[in-house]
Amino acid sequence: MSSRFDARSRSVLGLADDALIASHRLSEWVARAPQLEEDIALANVALDLLGQARLLLAHAGQMQVPALNEDQLAYERPIEEFRNAVMLERPNGDFAATMARMLLFSAYQYQLYSALSGCADPELAAIAGKAVKEVEYHRDHAAGWVVRLGDGTEESHQRMQSGLDAEWPGFTRLFVDWIRDDVIAAGQAIFPPWLREPVVHWLEPVLERATLVRPEITQVREPGIREPGRNGAHTDDLIDILAQMREVRAAHPGASW
Amino acid sequence: MTSFESAIAEGARIEPRDAMPEDYRATLIRQIAQHAHSEIIGMQPEGAWITRAPSLRRKAILLAKVQDEAGHGLYLYAAAETLGVARSELYDALLTGRQKYSSIFNYPTLTWADVGTIGWLVDGAAIVNQVPLCRCSYGPYARGMVRICKEESFHQRQGFESLLALSRGTPGQHAMAQDAVNRWWWPSLMMFGPPDADSPHSARSTAWGIKRFSNDTLRQRFVDMVVPQAEVLGLTLPDPDLRFDAERGSWDFGPVDFTELREVVAGNGPCNAERLAHRRAAEDDGAWVREAARVHAAKHAQRGAA
Repeated sequence: MSSRFDARSRSVLGLADDALIASHRLSEWVARAPQLEEDIALANVALDLLGQARLLLAHAGQMQVPALNEDQLAYERPIEEFRNAVMLERPNGDFAATMARMLLFSAYQYQLYSALSGCADPELAAIAGKAVKEVEYHRDHAAGWVVRLGDGTEESHQRMQSGLDAEWPGFTRLFVDWIRDDVIAAGQAIFPPWLREPVVHWLEPVLERATLVRPEITQVREPGIREPGRNGAHTDDLIDILAQMREVRAAHPGASW
Repeated sequence: MTSFESAIAEGARIEPRDAMPEDYRATLIRQIAQHAHSEIIGMQPEGAWITRAPSLRRKAILLAKVQDEAGHGLYLYAAAETLGVARSELYDALLTGRQKYSSIFNYPTLTWADVGTIGWLVDGAAIVNQVPLCRCSYGPYARGMVRICKEESFHQRQGFESLLALSRGTPGQHAMAQDAVNRWWWPSLMMFGPPDADSPHSARSTAWGIKRFSNDTLRQRFVDMVVPQAEVLGLTLPDPDLRFDAERGSWDFGPVDFTELREVVAGNGPCNAERLAHRRAAEDDGAWVREAARVHAAKHAQRGAA
């Protein structure tokens, strides 16, 4: 699909949109969490992800002529320009599914940001260097819950396994090779398939402690350029998210906030 | 004179292990629990706007604010627990209506401007109510309030600033801000409670150093603080009787409808049922999670002991 954004911008927008949409879904938990401590933790993770999204959007916006700001990119960009992974736009499901997604996504983000913190784009490297510390906490927080729920009661075990199974197919799509070769060759992005092994390696002992069965790891062989989400094709869930996010602004065109 | 009475007379702090009259303990539990419940119920009306905030900066501010409210709830439940009551008992009292929360959260948040207005007026009223509590006689409550008040004053400035952007924005934004202020003004004045003549527990709370100023004194202090701020905002307050009394150096204001306050406190406000149903659903939906955490911890304690 053609895009007004070049390949390098699209790779940064992929990172930004992942964080923005994941933050949106987590913020839906606020005032609904299973305990007060968890309301605080989920809001905190949502806030970290929103902070990452803002920095990344600003960075992507600076690459455009004329430059675009974070709000223009978040609120005014057409849906087909969004590059987030489809797993992040799906509705949350129960607390177990939410923790499964947080575990899988933060384990991926951890390896990704670790690698990016040494990349050839100094601005992106700085953002990643800060974010990696945040997602390390998200990963540990989710791992704690996955273990507690997996190795808790019969009901929680079943829910945790279902949550993991539901999130897993989307998770495997995070490692699809969707970024153009020249951007990777220039050291401005990380080749996604490289991340799979370290991420899965980290996950294995967590899933074992949680007494969960790890779903099959399918090798993705299709060319990544047509990867849904990454190519701008989204589900109705993202339509709903953006409609809600933009509701107030849509009612007041041209206003500043 | 008991050690409690002399400590109160000297203005010293009462700490959890100190002897205290049962009524003092019960009064504090009631007040601190009500305050904690207000924080967590108060997350709902504003939390509903996080996903709809009209800029990423406003979204981050609101998310952080609602997170602070959860944190305040946590300190306050912890302060109540030092008096020998468990958080689960307090939740139960909230959900069964035996304990109350601030009547203000039984009003709906109809537009984005309500978020800024709550920050400005509701947090503003909370600060006026709560600053004196930083010096209250019970140590854990007083110390918790110091931190809470710092964060509340931050929230109030952010609410004011958000409302200022609306007031100075498009005609549609200005109208939305004015409408929100019109709806929240009187309920904010009700946050100070019934007039002094009808406030049955006030005298005793004052004698015990829990309460430092009367409801009417604090209400007046709030009006005097907020009227000049409304002028800076370029918004009006919906009270035709507002006028400065040079002799008193204070603003006169019209009569507050305390019948409405009594109705809302009695459970008949616009959102009482909705707020409690939401809280109850969150508790019920999370029951299996808390149970799993308990069972997991017990298994591990056993394995650790073996």
